Parts: sequence; C-alpha cells; structure tokens
Amino acid sequence: MGGTLTPQTEDEVREAIVWAINAGEPFEVVGHGTKRSISPPTQAAATLDVSGLDGIVAYEPEELVLTLRPGTTMAELAAEMDKKGQMFAFEPPNLAPLLGAVGEATFGGTFATNFAGPRRLTAGAVRDHMLGVHAISGRGEAFKAGGKVVKNVTGYDLSRALCGSWGTLAVATELTVKVLPRPETEVTLVLAGLTADEAVAAMSRAMGSSADVSGAAHLPAEVAPNGVTGPATALRLEGFGPSVSARLSHLQTMFAAASLSVLDEAASRALWSAVRDVTPFVGTGHAVWRISVAPTAGPEVAKAAPAGSRVMFDWAGGLLWVEAPITGDAGAAALRGAVAAAGGGHATLIRAPATLRAEVATFHPSPAPLKALSERLRNAFDPQAVLNPGRMAR
Amino acid sequence: MSGLAMPALNEATLARRAEIVAALRAIVPGEGTVDDETGMRTYESDGLTAYRQLPFVVVLPETVEQVAAVLKYCHENEIRVVPRGAGTSLSGGALPLGDAVLLSMMRFNRILDIDFANRSATVQPGVTNLAITQAVAHEGFYYAPDPSSQIACSIGGNVAENSGGVHCLKYGLTTNNVLGLEIVTIEGEVLRVGGKHLDQEGYDWLAFMVGSEGLLGVVTEVTVRILRSPETARAVLVGFPDTENAGSCVAAIIAAGIIPGGMEMMDKPAIHAAEDFVHAGYPRDVEALLIVELDGPQVEVDHLLERVEKIAHQFGATHVRVSQSEEERATFWAGRKAAFPAVGRISPDYMCMDGTIPRRELARVLQGMADLSTKHGLRVANVFHAGDGNLHPLILFDANQPGELERAEAFGADILRLCVEVGGCLTGEHGVGVEKRDLMPEMFTEDDLKQQQRVKCAFDPHHLLNPGKVFPTLHRCAELGRMHVHHGKLPFPDIPRF
Ligand SMILES: Cc1cc2nc3c(=O)[nH]c(=O)nc-3n(C[C@H](O)[C@H](O)[C@H](O)COP(=O)(O)OP(=O)(O)OC[C@H]3O[C@@H](n4cnc5c(N)ncnc54)[C@H](O)[C@@H]3O)c2cc1C
Repeated sequence: MGGTLTPQTEDEVREAIVWAINAGEPFEVVGHGTKRSISPPTQAAATLDVSGLDGIVAYEPEELVLTLRPGTTMAELAAEMDKKGQMFAFEPPNLAPLLGAVGEATFGGTFATNFAGPRRLTAGAVRDHMLGVHAISGRGEAFKAGGKVVKNVTGYDLSRALCGSWGTLAVATELTVKVLPRPETEVTLVLAGLTADEAVAAMSRAMGSSADVSGAAHLPAEVAPNGVTGPATALRLEGFGPSVSARLSHLQTMFAAASLSVLDEAASRALWSAVRDVTPFVGTGHAVWRISVAPTAGPEVAKAAPAGSRVMFDWAGGLLWVEAPITGDAGAAALRGAVAAAGGGHATLIRAPATLRAEVATFHPSPAPLKALSERLRNAFDPQAVLNPGRMAR
Repeated sequence: MSGLAMPALNEATLARRAEIVAALRAIVPGEGTVDDETGMRTYESDGLTAYRQLPFVVVLPETVEQVAAVLKYCHENEIRVVPRGAGTSLSGGALPLGDAVLLSMMRFNRILDIDFANRSATVQPGVTNLAITQAVAHEGFYYAPDPSSQIACSIGGNVAENSGGVHCLKYGLTTNNVLGLEIVTIEGEVLRVGGKHLDQEGYDWLAFMVGSEGLLGVVTEVTVRILRSPETARAVLVGFPDTENAGSCVAAIIAAGIIPGGMEMMDKPAIHAAEDFVHAGYPRDVEALLIVELDGPQVEVDHLLERVEKIAHQFGATHVRVSQSEEERATFWAGRKAAFPAVGRISPDYMCMDGTIPRRELARVLQGMADLSTKHGLRVANVFHAGDGNLHPLILFDANQPGELERAEAFGADILRLCVEVGGCLTGEHGVGVEKRDLMPEMFTEDDLKQQQRVKCAFDPHHLLNPGKVFPTLHRCAELGRMHVHHGKLPFPDIPRF
C-alpha cells in the first residue's frame, strides 16, 4: 500500500502510528524532505508527512526558550528570532542546495539529523540546545521528556537523546529549544597560503587563545568560494563591537608572521554561510562525505580521499567535507579506515547516486556491542519497526 | 529514615553473603573488597544525610577488567549494584541498598591524557572536578562546569547527575562539555562512545548516559572539552528593595543580549546569613541581591559592565558596586559560595532543594514560598542561579525535634510542586535520586515514565543497577515491552486520509 498521511495534530499522528502497527505497514516519516536523499531508501511504502504540524507554540525571548511544532520551517523560525535579536546558536545549515532538494528545511528534520554548522565548534550541536520534547513512540503512545526551562535534570535526557535518531524511535510533535542572543557584529581574519597541516596548527593556536574564535575553517584553493582566494584559513570573531576589535588585534599580533586580511561583517557573513551550506560542492554531481574526527587528525584523514577529490575543513579541522568522484566506493573504505586509524569519528555519505548508495553504507558502521544495544533501544521505542525501517544502521 | 520505600530485599542474595563476598574478593582482592561494618560505615549515606543504609558489601575496583568482571558476576547472579563516586549527591543517588554491592569508583583516579591541541582531557571517573582544571591550568585552560562541590565531587558523579554550576548559563552543563565515555554495562560489556571528535553518529549514547544517575551503566572513562580561561572577570553587586525588580533586571540583562558568566541571586534571609558569616560587605537593607559576573577580554567586560549598571539603575537598584580588584571580586563571591554553611550556622539542619522555574515567575514563587513557610512553620532562605532559573531554597529545621524532618520534607515537596505548577521542573542539577523520586508523577504521566523505563530496560533488563532511584514504581521489563494491540476497526482503512 502506498500513499501519504498528513496529520495536523498530535492525536492524528498517534492514530496514524496505531494504524501502522495494526496494519503492519511501516511509515517513512518526512517533513519537507530536504534531507530525504541522505539516507538509503526506507523499507516503507507509506509516508507520514508531519509538516502539517507547524507553527510556534510559545516564544519567550527573555527566558531564552522557544517551543514549536516540528513542521515549522527554519526560515520562519530565524525570522521570528531575528526580531528579538536572537538565534539558534548551533547555526543550522541549509543543505537543500547541496542535496539538490527543493523546499524549506523544517525544525523536525534539523532535530532528527542533528546537523549543526560552523559554530558547533564552540556552541554545540542541535542536541546541545534541546530542552524538551513531546512525541509519539513507535508503540503509538504519546510521551514527553524534559521541559520548558533551560536547566532540568528530571529523568533521562530524552529530548537530547532523540535528536539525531533520524525519526527511527519516535515522531516528535512539539519541541522546546534554547535560543541565544545573536552577536552584535562579526569579522573574519583570513590567513593566506597555508597548507592543511599549517592551517590546522594555526586554528588550534587560535582556538586555544583567549580570542574566543567562533568559527575556524580552512579552504584550499580549489574550494575557495567567490570573493576569497585560497588557500584561505578563516577565523571568525563575533560579539560586541569593542570586544571584536580587541580580539581581532590580538589575533593579528598572534599571527603577525602570516599574510593576513580582514573580512568585514558582510563579507564575513557571506563566507560563513558558504562554509555552513557547503556551497563549493553544490551542483557538481560528485559524491559528498561529511567526516567528523579529532581536529588535529583532519589533514591526515583528508589524505585518504580518492584522487580528484576536493576537501573543505571546518571545526578547526575536525569536520571534513569531501567531494569525491563517483568511482568504485567513492573512497568509503579508505576514508573510514583513516578515521579509525586517527582514533575514531565517523564518515557519513551525504550525497550519492542510488547506485553508490546501494553499495556503500550511508552511516559509519558501529561496533558490534553498540549495534546490539541500538537494536534493544529501538525495540524500547518502536518494537514493530513502523518508523523509518532501514533508515539508520540497525 | 522517614517513610521511604525501597525495593524489597532479595532474600536469596542475603543468604549467600559469604559466598558472594568471596567471589567479589577473588575479582578485587585485598582492601578492594570491604565487608566489615566499620569499613562499610563510610558509605552508608551520601550528601543527602537524612537517609542511611549500610551496604551489603563494598567493592573498590581499580581496572576496567575488574569493573566488567564484578558487573558480569552480579548480572549472572542477579545481585543489585549501586555505583558511587565521591558520595556528594544531594538527592540520595548513591544511597546504598541492604542487598546491593556498593561499587565505589574512587580508585579510578588517574588523568589519562591531556590534549591541548584538540582541547580535550581524558580522565578516569574518580578524578575530582577541580583536579581536571588544576591539571590544565598551567597552560591557561580550565574545565567549565563548576559545581560548588568541585573540590570533592568526581567527574563520574558529574556525568551521572549532569551537574551544573554558577557558570553553566554561558558554558553549559556537564552534558554540553562531555565528548566521550567508556561505559561498562551490567552485562560486563565495555562500550566506547564519542572521543575527541564532535558529534556522534548513531544513537546519542552520551545523551542517554549523562544524567542517568547510575541506572544505565558504570562510567569508567570520561573525555571532556577544556576551554581557554577568560582573560579577565569582574563582578557587580546589585541590591534591590524588592524581588520583583530584581527578577525583571535579570530578564532585561538577557534581553539586551548579554549572557553573563554568572548571575546569582540571594533573598534577604540568605543575604543576612552569608553576611553574618563571611562579612562580604553585602547590604542588609535589600530584599534581593544580585551578583552579575562578566568574563572575557578586558574591553568586553568593561563595556558590558557599563550596560549592566545602567540596566540595574533602570530597575530601581538601591545598591550597585563593581569589583575593582580580583580580591574584591572574590569577596563578592565569598558570601554566595558560603551560603550553605552560613545557613548551617543559623540552624541545626537544613535541606537544600533544587527546582527550576521560568524566571518571570520568580516573584510569585518567592511569595508562594513565604506562604508555605508560614504553613509548615519552618524558615527558608533562597539562593538562586538567576540566569537559568534554578532555585535552591534552603529549608531550616532541627532533626532532633520530633516531626521537624517530616515537616521539612513536606515543605520541600510543596516547593517543588509549586515549581512544576508554574511551568518549571523538580530538579535543575541535583538529580532525582530517592529524594524527588516519589514526586516524579507531579511532572510526568504514567506513559512518560514507562517510556523512560523502557530505556532502562534496553540497558539493564533486570533492574540491577541502582534500583529504587529516579522511578517511583518499578515495572518489570517484560510487562513494559508488551504491546497492547488495538483491535477493532482500523482508523484508516484506506489511506491517505486526514
Ligand atoms: C556542598 C555541596 C554543594 C553542591 N553544589 C552543587 C552544584 O553547585 N551543582 C550541582 O550540580 N551539584 C552540586 N552538588 C551535588 C553533587 O556534588 C553533584 O551531584 C556531584 O556530581 C556528585 O558527584 P559524586 O562524585 O559525589 O557522586 P555520588 O554522590 O557518589 O553519586 C551520584 C550519582 O552518580 C552515580 N555515579 C557516581 N559515579 C558513577 C560512575 N562512575 N558511573 C556511573 N554512575 C556513577 C551514583 O550511582 C549516583 O546515582 C553539591 C553537593 C554538595 C554536598
């Protein structure tokens, strides 16, 4: 049976899941589907489209708390927060162009994937800002966890734990998130001409200084976005005007020996949105990997990318975006081997044609004991596997 | 002990004590297994001293292999286990059970790796919170979460409780600062999750573990992120003639886009107790006192202090004093940091509560507390992590007066109910433990709690790890796993609908 259910209320989501359990018909759960192509196709003919559960439930800027329904778009949320000079500190990327998707990402999808942008380095990921959740489990039961205040340790931290579970445990129907003030201004200091090794060493020095750097990326010549000549090592400073200037001169003194230039607020914003949304790899048709490793391991892991690849370094070297030609396994074995040799992390296949997806696991394989525990956890929430079966490695 | 129901003792375990002690001693020899009453007395309670219970036997392993062997043995023999760090829990999380092995992690006291280039430190769980900062301070780094108990509490305990501190509004709780864990499951399996990289793929095991109060697994290694210490810090002391304006001032500071390193409030009884004890120079003629600390580069701190001063005056502050030296800043904090012992001086006993409220409800909650104080006939003093709405009411009582402990507990429960009623929660940082266990239904439905317990079942299907904590009712995992198939007519015989 195919078809799409479009529930508008929490209760309708619950009824839909109860139906799925009874009918033995699993669902693919979607919002606007902008990140749908990342995972392997689910083994579900029916679709549960939860984008109809949308809108802000409560926004209390002075409490730093925002409660919303999962179908609300990131754009709408950003616009509302902007009016109060606030933002999500995790700097959510817009991956739709990279993935060739149309439509506006929803908060639900952002929550389910836990993808954060450049500021993740210091401010944390989506999960770090989750405060509370209402959800329907794969058992067809409504439950909630967490709350609507910024500090809460009452019970297991399920609102954080469900983040990044790709809709395989429960369908969120209401989420409460911590918001933070948006920086008054920003600038970026660019160090020109460094190799990846030199760049990671410089970023490490900068991150270990009191300059409070909020973004550190290295763009080799072949990935430098418009307006920037690579190789460029970018260090972003955000905050109150006088503080930003003082920290900028601190960094300029620190890196006096390098070839330096400064991007003003507008240029800085443009650069970081390109890094955040992986703009250099938009529309190229090659495979794209997202790799998280210890920052100092970045350059070594990058060397494992297949010939003809391009690599962009974010998170001071800890996040690699690798664009690889679609030949063989597009570097899967070599990259994942390098990640293991570097002391751990993961390599996720973000963009790939169906033929490659059929051969290469999207998610980094987890060790056997964790696989077994994952299976038990999944049974605790969704024993009949009615939510996104086949989506996450089981 | 007042009426706290703990799980019925397992008679079979009790009957086999000699054999069990011998088996544990074979795994952890010598002084690592303690079964004499005097030796075990040390462990009979944690920071929640109203409750005491002698352990069944105490084991102090030193290696992961020993932890795994102990847990595997306990699992195979259906013996309960209570993990313990430094024993400073204020919610009774480490309270022993009469039929449970008390597993002390304090011999896991080594710092394993400090990696400044990746800004991480990997330590064993028995290392104290402060020792991490001390180990990295020479390079100008520190570990941000700073519970007031930081000289004593262990990082393993911090992980289990998701502990906070005065700096967590700006720098996060434990959960925001943990990068990786090594965990031993009750089955004796060793799991490694996270590491020096950011983000985990797969289910977020760190999120499940941090704040799980020793119920899901035993932590044997912790990797935390370390940060560069702020260049400077200055504090401003602000006094208000009423608490409402103090609360509004806090809201206005945040609305102005300022996230202070610390923002603490005290009410009049707390101010007086602290001032009498440490002479910090606090004004006595105010109803509420704020300490706002700004940290960062000198220019930023100076710039923001000016803004904060302006806001304070807008809200009718009658007393505004900015620290002019490191000593003066320390003095401002001395009173706040000594607030608990200061209250201890004016009352034979006190009980520290830990609810969080939306800050806008502060005045209402303080008034409610004053009414409850009259109702229960006991005094209360308040210290408050004002930035994040985390209240610490200190209830003053005398345990030697018959009935006062029970009255204090009833008062505390009423305060927490009030916190939930205004949209807050039962505990902001101290954990549920046994103290707030029976109040969980105030905040969660039966279904909410059952789903949480199913998580427990995925890790520990026989409820052997720290049973009797967090959950008011223990359901068997088999019962929790059963699906109630909803027969009858299918709501959607032909999708799509809605
Ligand atoms: C004076 C005082 C001030 C305090 N101030 C603060 C404060 O400002 N902020 C705050 O958040 N807390 C505070 N606390 C509470 C307490 O210090 C924290 O909860 C602390 O994290 C407990 O650590 P511990 O090592 O003492 O753990 P314990 O008390 O020994 O145990 C606490 C819980 O952790 C579990 N546990 C311990 N080690 C492990 C392990 N290795 N693996 C799995 N589970 C484990 C135990 O089973 C138990 O459930 C304060 C306590 C006191 C006495």
